[in-house]
Amino acid sequence: MASEIMNATANALVWISCTFDAPTRAVVFGVPIDGHLVVEVLLVVVILFQLTRKSYKPPKKPLSEKEIDELCDDWVPDPLTPQISEEMMVEPPTLESAAGPHAIVDGKEVVNFASANYLGLIGNENITDSCAGALEKYGVGSCGPRGFYGTIDVHLDCEAKIAKFLGTPDSILYSYGISTIFSVIPAFCKKGDIIVADEGVHWAVQNGLYLSRSTVVYFKHNDMKSLEATLEKVTSRSKHPEKVRRYIVSEAIYQNSGQIAPLDEIVRLKEKYRFRIILDESHSFGVLGNSGRGLAEYCGVPIEKIDIITAGMGNALATDGGFCTGSMRVVDHQRLSSSGYVFSASLPPYLASAAIAAVNYLEANSSVLSDLRANIATLLNELSNVPGLVVTSHLLSPIIFLKLKKSTGSDKTDMHLLDSIANQVLKEDSVLIVTTKRSNLDKCPLPIGLRLFVSASHSEADLLKAAASLKRVASLVLS
Amino acid sequence: MVRLPYLTALTTLLSYGILFVFGQLRDLFRKFLDSSKSNDLQGYAPICLGLEDFYTRRLYLRIQDCFGRPISSAPDAWFDVVERYSNDNNKTLQRTEKTSKCLNLGAYNYLGFAAADEYCTPRVIQTLKEYSVSTCSVRVDGGTTKLHNELEELVARFVGKPAAILFGMGYVTNSAIIPALVSKGSLIISDSLNHNSIVNGARGSGATVRVFQHNSPSHLEDLLREQIAHGQPRTHRPWKKIVVIIEGIYSMEGELCNLPEIIAVCKKYKVYTYLDEAHSIGAVGKTGKGVCELLGVDPTDIDIMMGTFTKSFGSCGGYIAASKEIIQHLKQTCPAHLYATSMSPPAVQQVISALQVILGEDGTNRGAKKLAQIRENSNFFRSELQKMGFEVLGDNDSPVMPIMLYNPAKIPAFSRECLNQNVAVVTVAFPATPLLLARARICISAAHTREDLIKGLEVISKVGDLVGIKYFPVEPLKPQKVIELKKIE
Repeated sequence: MASEIMNATANALVWISCTFDAPTRAVVFGVPIDGHLVVEVLLVVVILFQLTRKSYKPPKKPLSEKEIDELCDDWVPDPLTPQISEEMMVEPPTLESAAGPHAIVDGKEVVNFASANYLGLIGNENITDSCAGALEKYGVGSCGPRGFYGTIDVHLDCEAKIAKFLGTPDSILYSYGISTIFSVIPAFCKKGDIIVADEGVHWAVQNGLYLSRSTVVYFKHNDMKSLEATLEKVTSRSKHPEKVRRYIVSEAIYQNSGQIAPLDEIVRLKEKYRFRIILDESHSFGVLGNSGRGLAEYCGVPIEKIDIITAGMGNALATDGGFCTGSMRVVDHQRLSSSGYVFSASLPPYLASAAIAAVNYLEANSSVLSDLRANIATLLNELSNVPGLVVTSHLLSPIIFLKLKKSTGSDKTDMHLLDSIANQVLKEDSVLIVTTKRSNLDKCPLPIGLRLFVSASHSEADLLKAAASLKRVASLVLS
Repeated sequence: MVRLPYLTALTTLLSYGILFVFGQLRDLFRKFLDSSKSNDLQGYAPICLGLEDFYTRRLYLRIQDCFGRPISSAPDAWFDVVERYSNDNNKTLQRTEKTSKCLNLGAYNYLGFAAADEYCTPRVIQTLKEYSVSTCSVRVDGGTTKLHNELEELVARFVGKPAAILFGMGYVTNSAIIPALVSKGSLIISDSLNHNSIVNGARGSGATVRVFQHNSPSHLEDLLREQIAHGQPRTHRPWKKIVVIIEGIYSMEGELCNLPEIIAVCKKYKVYTYLDEAHSIGAVGKTGKGVCELLGVDPTDIDIMMGTFTKSFGSCGGYIAASKEIIQHLKQTCPAHLYATSMSPPAVQQVISALQVILGEDGTNRGAKKLAQIRENSNFFRSELQKMGFEVLGDNDSPVMPIMLYNPAKIPAFSRECLNQNVAVVTVAFPATPLLLARARICISAAHTREDLIKGLEVISKVGDLVGIKYFPVEPLKPQKVIELKKIE
């Protein structure tokens, strides 16, 4: 048995070696075809065949209708809004009269420090008369966007008036204060552009920066050294300065802290690094400068150096809406690419006529600015020694910002303390002041505090009363 | 639905092609001729690079005088359009002192509250004297007046929801509410023809956005099934919330949305619905309560109803109506409530008075008359236009009717000819509509009388013949039909 297998194996081996050593049968292209060449060619053919076969993958089965039905039945959505807690049911105070320096809230008369009525124009006879005239002539709403018969001659007059007042070629009106800045920024900044913004800008600016999809870099609040360092870092990294637009976004008076931006320093840096400035002057238009022309006049910077100025008119001008001004190119570009201008109804005509009347008033009575400054100085003096609170706003800012000297560590408890101070001040001494309320969508890192909006029409008695009340309540609550 | 004839599509494409070529040639010349002029903006990138504003410079500027026409009176049924002239080939336009009285077929004045009204205006002026022009303060600080609270209750009652919240501008309402409701990890499904404010709000919220085919509940259902089954992209975790956003009347099409079926689909899959009634509140429905009333949908089935006061109430601003919990949550978190100046008190009073007129609470039946008038006017105008052979879009009862123009040259031709004959129309082109589908959009108002409409129809018919936009001429009655009538008699 074994020997037969041995014989068979030996015969097979002999046959294989004969095949290998078989003499050359043919010569093809000068290459002698030996036996082993045939075997090698066969092996190569087998390898190639295996390579061309598809690799094994388990077949992909799409979900069947029944499985999709099951998944849809199983899915439980979150509730649309979270549960409402008790403290969220608090209602704000209700005004029953005009929001002037003395207003009627919930039935009793209070001294009102919650309205940004800086020039005291609420209740002004001239403005009310011009509005009544506009209401009789034009009705209330303008019933259309600017492109489709919503442009009324008062809009064009208002734009010309503001441009003339500020000394710029042209301006453009928006129908709402906060929509101004968050329509302007995406109109100019697109994907790939670079924006350097202050970290304390308010929500509308943050929203505009987010919608623009550009690269945003924040610098420390009102810190020029940090701004310079950021600009240096950003310009050294950017490769194509001719194709990438670069902007610095800042507010003139920050509504989250009351600080004033040092415009001359910013302009110097902007010219050195070739950036454009977008400046939001909502709280400084009609307040800063000898004639109320804003931060540029106050810092002595020629208005042409600032590329884009935006402002909401709901503050010093005591009306509603906003405007944006700059060179002709800047203003013309917005008429077709700014979404808040093109896709929205235009400003009601009576508000535009109120704005014209307010600017006229400011031009004729620039003494109201010195009244405002005197009031701010008086109040700051009185508030310099409130127990537990410290003033952090600029000396000239009409928003007086007080924050807690020692924070409790959590925003929520800080908020409780400040709310109780404000509520007690209102209930016991009839002075209306407000705390900063932050939305959960707001990413501003600055601390919260109490705000008082000073008006030129506050009397000295009002200011003393507010300061005394605040000192008394603060010592009660914060001791 | 738009039925675009092939020949028209070809000629439109050809026209745009010629305009594009000429625009490029002009750009080429400008590059050579202007390169000698020095720019003081050395080292700065220009505001618009390359082709970004090509459309504006080369196509829009040619017909700039058809847009942005200033008026010098209230946007009522007849108004004064200011004449403008240009010395530099339409690059800039100068105002003149002359005005011409034209029939207003373009402004959003559905119930005729645009001009001074006998009930509303005295009350508005009274409020102006009492509360002055503005409160200069945000709603949560010191900007809430008695009027705001009153209007919120009135709006909630009118729309049929438990509570409402007001905002000073309709555009901001959408852009600031949607981020407060949904955020990353949620899904927004919006109709393909939704307004820019909804698109902005959806983008600003950070949620994933998907688009479904205009007014198609079956595509919506397919999309919902696919999205719920697959979950969030890449991680496949289940979605936190899904919100479907639709509009009542689509302003560029004049169509009503397919509300009952879409709501049925949404209820089946447990998704939330958001209805934007900017053009339909006050304008459609037997008592003016919007598409819900017209199509027989219960307002409790829709989670959030949004609307504006600009169109039917002759004021400004917007509102959101929903359940008490949602409104309370929005009052705490919505940035437009916490940071924006509150609505101007005279504007609030205008809406209160207009709502009182519509509901009949002013003691007269003017509201009911206005609602009947606008329905009658819209249906009459639409049927007459269709009889004349124009291609008119939109459903019955909708006061918005677009007339298709298609060719870019017909846009200024139609607009200017109508203005010469004292009819003011609105023409819309790219980018508000798709490139090939330019149109003229007519908005009917309750303030139009039958004579006004007949005059408008005459002028549009004459201009339509001149410009050549009667794409679907109706065949005249054949003789056989006349014989049948004779037989019955």
